[in-house]
Amino acid sequence: MDRLARLLTATRGRGRMDWTDWASYLYLVLGTLLMLGPVVWLALSSLKSPSGLIEFPPTLLPQEQVRVAVPTYPAPLPLYRITEGDHAGQTLAEVRKIGLQATMVDPAAPETPIRVPIDARTKVMRLHAAWDNYGDLLQKFDFGRYLWNSVFITTVATLITLLLNSMAAFALSKYRFAGRDPVFLLMLATLMIPPTIILVPNYLIAAVLGLTDNPWGVIWPAVATPTGVFLLRQYMLTLPDDLLEAARMDNASEWRIYWRIVLPLSKPALAVLAIFSVMWRWNEFLWPMVVLGRSESFTLPLALNSFQGELTTQWNYLLAMTVVTLVPVTVIFALLQRHITQGIASAGVK
Amino acid sequence: MIGTIASQAAGRLYAAVMNLPERPMRWAQGHLPDGRLGWLFVGPNLAIFAVFTFLPIIVDFYYAGTGGTNLLPTERPWVGLENFASLLACKDYFEPNSCVRDQFWYAIWNTVKFVALQVALMLAFSLVTALVLNRKIIGRGFFRAAFFYPVLLSPVVVALIWKWVLQRDGVLNAAFVGAGLQPVEWLLSARSAFGWTVFVSIWAHMGFYTLILLAGLQAIPADIYEAAAMDAAPPLRVFRRITLPLLMPSVLVVLVLGLIRAVQIFDEVYVLTGGGPGSATTYLVEFIYNTGFSAQVRQYGLAAAASLLLAGVLLVLTLIQLRGMRAKGSSRG
Amino acid sequence: MLADLPLRITLAAATLAAFGGIAVKAEAADIRIACYSDGNECPATKILAERFMKDNADIHITIDEMPYKQILESVPVQLAAGNGPDIARVSDFGQVASYQLDLTPYLKDPAYWQTAYGPVLDWMRTGPDDHGIYGLMTQLTVSAPIVNKTLFDQAGVPIPAKGATWDDWAVATAKVAKATKTPFGMAWDRSGARFSGPAISEGAKFFYSAGHPPMVDNGFKSMAAKFVKWNQDGTVDKDVWVSTGGGYRDAFEEFANGKIAVYLSGSWQLARLQKQIGEGFEWVIGDAPCGAGGCTGMPGGAGFVAFKGTKSPKEVARFLDYLASEPVYAEWMVMTSNLPANLDLQKKKLDYKLTPAGIAAMAQFQANAATLSPLAYKLQGSAMSRPMFNATVDRISQAISGQITLDQAYERITSDVADAAAAKNRK
Repeated sequence: MDRLARLLTATRGRGRMDWTDWASYLYLVLGTLLMLGPVVWLALSSLKSPSGLIEFPPTLLPQEQVRVAVPTYPAPLPLYRITEGDHAGQTLAEVRKIGLQATMVDPAAPETPIRVPIDARTKVMRLHAAWDNYGDLLQKFDFGRYLWNSVFITTVATLITLLLNSMAAFALSKYRFAGRDPVFLLMLATLMIPPTIILVPNYLIAAVLGLTDNPWGVIWPAVATPTGVFLLRQYMLTLPDDLLEAARMDNASEWRIYWRIVLPLSKPALAVLAIFSVMWRWNEFLWPMVVLGRSESFTLPLALNSFQGELTTQWNYLLAMTVVTLVPVTVIFALLQRHITQGIASAGVK
Repeated sequence: MIGTIASQAAGRLYAAVMNLPERPMRWAQGHLPDGRLGWLFVGPNLAIFAVFTFLPIIVDFYYAGTGGTNLLPTERPWVGLENFASLLACKDYFEPNSCVRDQFWYAIWNTVKFVALQVALMLAFSLVTALVLNRKIIGRGFFRAAFFYPVLLSPVVVALIWKWVLQRDGVLNAAFVGAGLQPVEWLLSARSAFGWTVFVSIWAHMGFYTLILLAGLQAIPADIYEAAAMDAAPPLRVFRRITLPLLMPSVLVVLVLGLIRAVQIFDEVYVLTGGGPGSATTYLVEFIYNTGFSAQVRQYGLAAAASLLLAGVLLVLTLIQLRGMRAKGSSRG
Repeated sequence: MLADLPLRITLAAATLAAFGGIAVKAEAADIRIACYSDGNECPATKILAERFMKDNADIHITIDEMPYKQILESVPVQLAAGNGPDIARVSDFGQVASYQLDLTPYLKDPAYWQTAYGPVLDWMRTGPDDHGIYGLMTQLTVSAPIVNKTLFDQAGVPIPAKGATWDDWAVATAKVAKATKTPFGMAWDRSGARFSGPAISEGAKFFYSAGHPPMVDNGFKSMAAKFVKWNQDGTVDKDVWVSTGGGYRDAFEEFANGKIAVYLSGSWQLARLQKQIGEGFEWVIGDAPCGAGGCTGMPGGAGFVAFKGTKSPKEVARFLDYLASEPVYAEWMVMTSNLPANLDLQKKKLDYKLTPAGIAAMAQFQANAATLSPLAYKLQGSAMSRPMFNATVDRISQAISGQITLDQAYERITSDVADAAAAKNRK
């Protein structure tokens, strides 16, 4: 029990590896596998052909059946290895299959047809990445436009979010005025409102304001985030008031104090909010789907989702689409992960 | 070179834009009483809030009192409290089948179960992970990033990833078969589907809470531990007497945020199980969504009424917690 | 010829034509079509629309391809706010009924529509007194059992012949599953429409003359009880109906994967059957299984519906007229490998570009379509069909999973449908 407790309390060990260190590493490695493994598996699967996807047990890497060109046959024929019977061990090509029998030929001697029961053979497979899954996707759409729409919405919404939220947070943390606390509580209370339940009224409002079918319809409703105000306010509370007073002595305007002093000092919290905002806007799905009805204003997730019919789910495309949407986020995270994780940690605790 | 020029240009542009409100603000400063100035800063944010959050909530209140299937509020007949009455009509609240709106009560009890389990487990796992990461670990940055990575993924992507892993011919069952076990229909039995929704939502969110707790741990001054070491205090006691109390503010943040998020659970589960099997993973927001938005006959009044009930519960929960936080804050001075 | 004309006249004519062209272009009617694809319906329509625009420079058509769910969930909201598309591909007509535009005054020859598309026009109408023409079916679908012939051959079990009952099919598929070590005999798409075919065959009536339909009658109960039993004894793959909380789920992957011997789905799966199964195994389409009420599947399909909100009703009608004309419609059906909803074309043999197995399947689907019960048509066209289907799927799934008993399920189906009807009629 004591040792277990040491595992829990030790801050930075004492040189030698004892079992608590081993346990920690084991936990972390298993955890990492659990966190990243499914994503890697998804990415690998997205390169499989539709027939590869329904293989069970699934292969780790994408494969396809080998086909060879045989003289006198117009199309390449699929290859099988024969497991039983007279031709066991041979590799034959299938001409056609009727019921339980297949007519096959030896690619080296294509004149003589050979009859083989279909359960006496296995497919000859080779590694093959079905880039078609991606090719088809990108071809189906005006990819550049959707990417631009997504980038535009994400960037503009994030900039506006940072500006408006920081202004509000500045007032809520550095001023005393009648109604300040109710305003703050009101904003916080909306954290409780799942966005789903105000979807329809919101659409009606957007329609009245003429915001449907254009990117601003996604941007405006999203920019006044309560989380952002909360996060920035908590951070700004920790900035010493003396700095502001000193600036006021120098006859700086309140606006100047806000953007010359408070904003630069709040950089860590702003960075965190920026990351959140990018993440939210990039991944947003339900609201854009409702408010953007025309294909030229679709964002990436909407466009990639658009081939789903009523009656079909095509996993090969669905997987490829999933990978396409998560790649940008992953790349940005890989580049900035230290800043992101440290930033969130430092801002979240305040 | 080009980089510096570009960044200088961006800096100028930024300064020019940010200088624009200078004059009007100065004017306002001269002419407004001090108390009003705050409103100028809060104003824009608040206005957008009013239009896209408060106004829809008010419309929702109106919806809740109306019936029919028309989406335009002006064309809906007023029915008073009928929607609430039908939601609450029940012989035995613990037996959803005895209620008029059985799905609503399934959703409520499922949500209660889900929240209790998910928040408790997530807190436990985040805490353990944070404690482990707080040790002197090689590659700490990498591990921290790995645990955080799922937080960045959209709920739809999260659900698709796990759907793909858990499907009947998925990789998890392949591993089971490889180990000589029978494949399991993970999302087919009520219990295991429920368990997976809990697991997946923890998987997706725990990285965020781990970071908060980790920051809390790192903020504990090292000299306190050193003093404890001098007294040769047993580690368990150190953990209970020093670590845990000093970590309490962070734990509270995790609890509040985690609870709010758990009650609102929707997207991941919607894509992962669609609320099934039966209604085993139908949670409240999904019920609202189904009733008002995806059903063929959209009973928007009913959905709005359920939303208001949910919002009411959430509000009470938060007030309790705010009070708790305030009590904590004042005791620390 | 031109050289004979005085230069000035030629010039004038050319200028006029040029200006006229510009003027027309500036006023070109913009038509937006919200479309979803089951196979390649939207791209195929796009090709036809481009050809149409070449001959009709005053009309500009944009096809917005989006997921089915988006049409189902967003388009009605957009229409309510007066912001919707001019045309949408819809399979649930009841949902958008109040926004539909009656095309009759704008069509070139409404009589042709009545004769060629008669029975399916009813599906878009709100009741027996409604005689409007609201849109064009993009295909007719028919549900039918799809059979893994290879498995039947391996088991040495004959495929149930014409006239076989659902019980015969259940016995045969269970035998096949056992002999071939296949996990399940059958799977049915998770869909109320799919269930209704067998239910009508079993004698379910769905409609009564007075009041709200007590759709749960003895025929319905008999099929529901059988289906639940088959799910529980492993004849039918339980996963399909139970593993999701609401909505549609198909069992195509299970069939393609050789996990089931018979798959109750329909003609829209043809393209996938060809593409995904390939040489995997032999598959054929079965005759509609029978019961006390006859032998029928369910018809269905989606259609392009025009909306009142459009600013260019004439142009919308002109485009739909073009698509509905026999040669274009026939070409469209061939392009999308779909059964025509056009009665004249149904009697003709279309030159589908399919494999021999695909052509045989198409012929069998067509044969099944010819013997559909009138009740099946009526049910599909009823404004209450979707609420009925949804209640069926939701409650029977619950019964299969053991959450409620069958009797409770019947009660709930009845009350769900009544509730939906009451909400619908509340004005």
